[in-house]
Amino acid sequence: MAFIEIRDISKSYGDLSVFNHLSLSVDEHEVVSLIGPSGSGKSTLLRCINGLEAIDHGEIRVHGDRITGPGVDVNALRRDIGIVFQGYNLFPHMTVLGNVTLAPIKVLRLSKAAAEERAMALLSRFGLANKAREYPDRLSGGQQQRVAIVRALAMDPLVLLLDEITSALDPELVSEVLNIVRDLAEEGMTMLLATHEMGFAREVSSKVCFLCDGSVYEEGPPDKIFDEPARERTRAFLRNIRDAKRI
Amino acid sequence: MGATTHRAPSAGTGPARRLDIGRMPAAPTALLLSALVMVIAVEAGSLYTIGAIRKALLGGGFAGWWVSAAFVLLTLMSTMIALPLIRAFNRWRDVRRAIARNDIVAARVARSEAHDRSWIAIGYTFAQFIVVLAVQFLLANNQAVAKTFFYVPLIVETFPLVLKAFWVNIEIFVVAEVLVLVWGLIVALAMFAPGTAGKPLRIIAAVYVDVFRAIPAILVIFLVGFGVPLTGVPILKDFSLTSYVIIALTLTVGAYVAETYRAGIQSIHWSQTAAARSLGLSHMQTLRYVIVPQGVRHIIPPLLNQFIALQKDTALVNVVGVIDSFNQSMLIAANHYNLSAVTTVAVLFIAISIPQTRFVERMMQRDRARLRAGGV
Repeated sequence: MAFIEIRDISKSYGDLSVFNHLSLSVDEHEVVSLIGPSGSGKSTLLRCINGLEAIDHGEIRVHGDRITGPGVDVNALRRDIGIVFQGYNLFPHMTVLGNVTLAPIKVLRLSKAAAEERAMALLSRFGLANKAREYPDRLSGGQQQRVAIVRALAMDPLVLLLDEITSALDPELVSEVLNIVRDLAEEGMTMLLATHEMGFAREVSSKVCFLCDGSVYEEGPPDKIFDEPARERTRAFLRNIRDAKRI
Repeated sequence: MGATTHRAPSAGTGPARRLDIGRMPAAPTALLLSALVMVIAVEAGSLYTIGAIRKALLGGGFAGWWVSAAFVLLTLMSTMIALPLIRAFNRWRDVRRAIARNDIVAARVARSEAHDRSWIAIGYTFAQFIVVLAVQFLLANNQAVAKTFFYVPLIVETFPLVLKAFWVNIEIFVVAEVLVLVWGLIVALAMFAPGTAGKPLRIIAAVYVDVFRAIPAILVIFLVGFGVPLTGVPILKDFSLTSYVIIALTLTVGAYVAETYRAGIQSIHWSQTAAARSLGLSHMQTLRYVIVPQGVRHIIPPLLNQFIALQKDTALVNVVGVIDSFNQSMLIAANHYNLSAVTTVAVLFIAISIPQTRFVERMMQRDRARLRAGGV
């Protein structure tokens, strides 16, 4: 049984259909990349998996437990499903350490000391220990995004959702963030990432899904998708990306 | 588009165009003369007024060396408006000289300075004119105006009484401000009560805010201050009069402050809520640890402005007979047929509110500077 099982979901905002019978599965320790044109629903799909958005039809299961529809404790769900946003969304009024320890203290009920110990261990691992007492606005974009990843990891999540986490970064800062993701992938963290970094998606993923028209238009191993896409719109999408020298 | 290439009309191959910023300037004679006439007229009025002040002081029994000293000092000060005019005249002469030797750059520089100095003279002269008018008003009708509003012996005599009553105002607004901070936040949070279950609470909060923002504060004070004791409700009826007006002001200002809090909470981008909720924080935890602490920073300036308004509204409590400074000063005014004690009250309010308004302005400036610097 797959770790995340998205079954035949549909969602629309008024007349605008976002998902149209979309199905997708992610196995444990698997890294799945979602690629596709803007507005194809990559971000929305991630937000649905962690309950920030509701779906209209279908269901999503994690470890066999249904996490959509009525009766689901979304707070409990979100404890185990971490998400990192394109815009970092750090809390500007708290230090880096405050950002990372807030949820472990308030949600997991760790003691302050235990939460800080865990936070410092993670920050050190990602080269951010000397930034623990700084406020987010003193950090570069890349550092902020690394802190955001640490903040999600501090909850010890079962799966990490990464929503275009390098799209807001200056080009020279992208690699420091991607290195972390690469590390986590090697460690066996289950991840689902929406991305425009095709080269990275190809390198790190075990599966690539091309989203288009509200469903998974084509999916497969990265080499297959990038080198010999079977379907027309996948080919057109990748051709445009190549023409823009972004691959 | 046709096949021909379109070019800007001046980009041809003719002689290069030069920047044309004018010819030899003329000396600003008319402006200088206007300034001169104004300075002379206002200075004449000033000297006349200073003479009248001296006469009034001597007539009022104030005599001594300091009257003469003040007279000389004021006269000297009043002539200060001539200084920029003298500078303007010097620059004006420079313009003439520069024109004579055909030095266009020097002429422009001197003309610009002569122009500026003339306008500075006019500006200060106008300000002095306003001061002269105000002093003339005070001296009118044999100094009746000055005596009615600023009768120093009465101000000195009644100052302790008024100051003591002003403590009542201070007590009312300090307690009310603390209560308003808490009450406003409670109402604001009620406005954000989540889900269908929270809807009745949201409606109640909205109705409360609408109603109490609509009713004049003086009416609420009157209704609470006189009405609640009349009802004879146990416990409530035994409160002091001061407590009633504090409650009344809290109810009124709390409605405004709740709106301010709400604006502050709404000013925080929804992505902050998304980030907090995605970490598993509940609705209330998100508000408490993430949204409200950030929102409050944004609303400190408007909140302080509301406090200043609240402080002034404490003068309304006289309608239910609380002896605050205004009420006390009205009693004094009735007894002495003179409003100088009311002036004392005005001065006391000015003294407490100006530092606060300056503080708010500086804080807003700092916030704007920080925003420009790209901080949060």
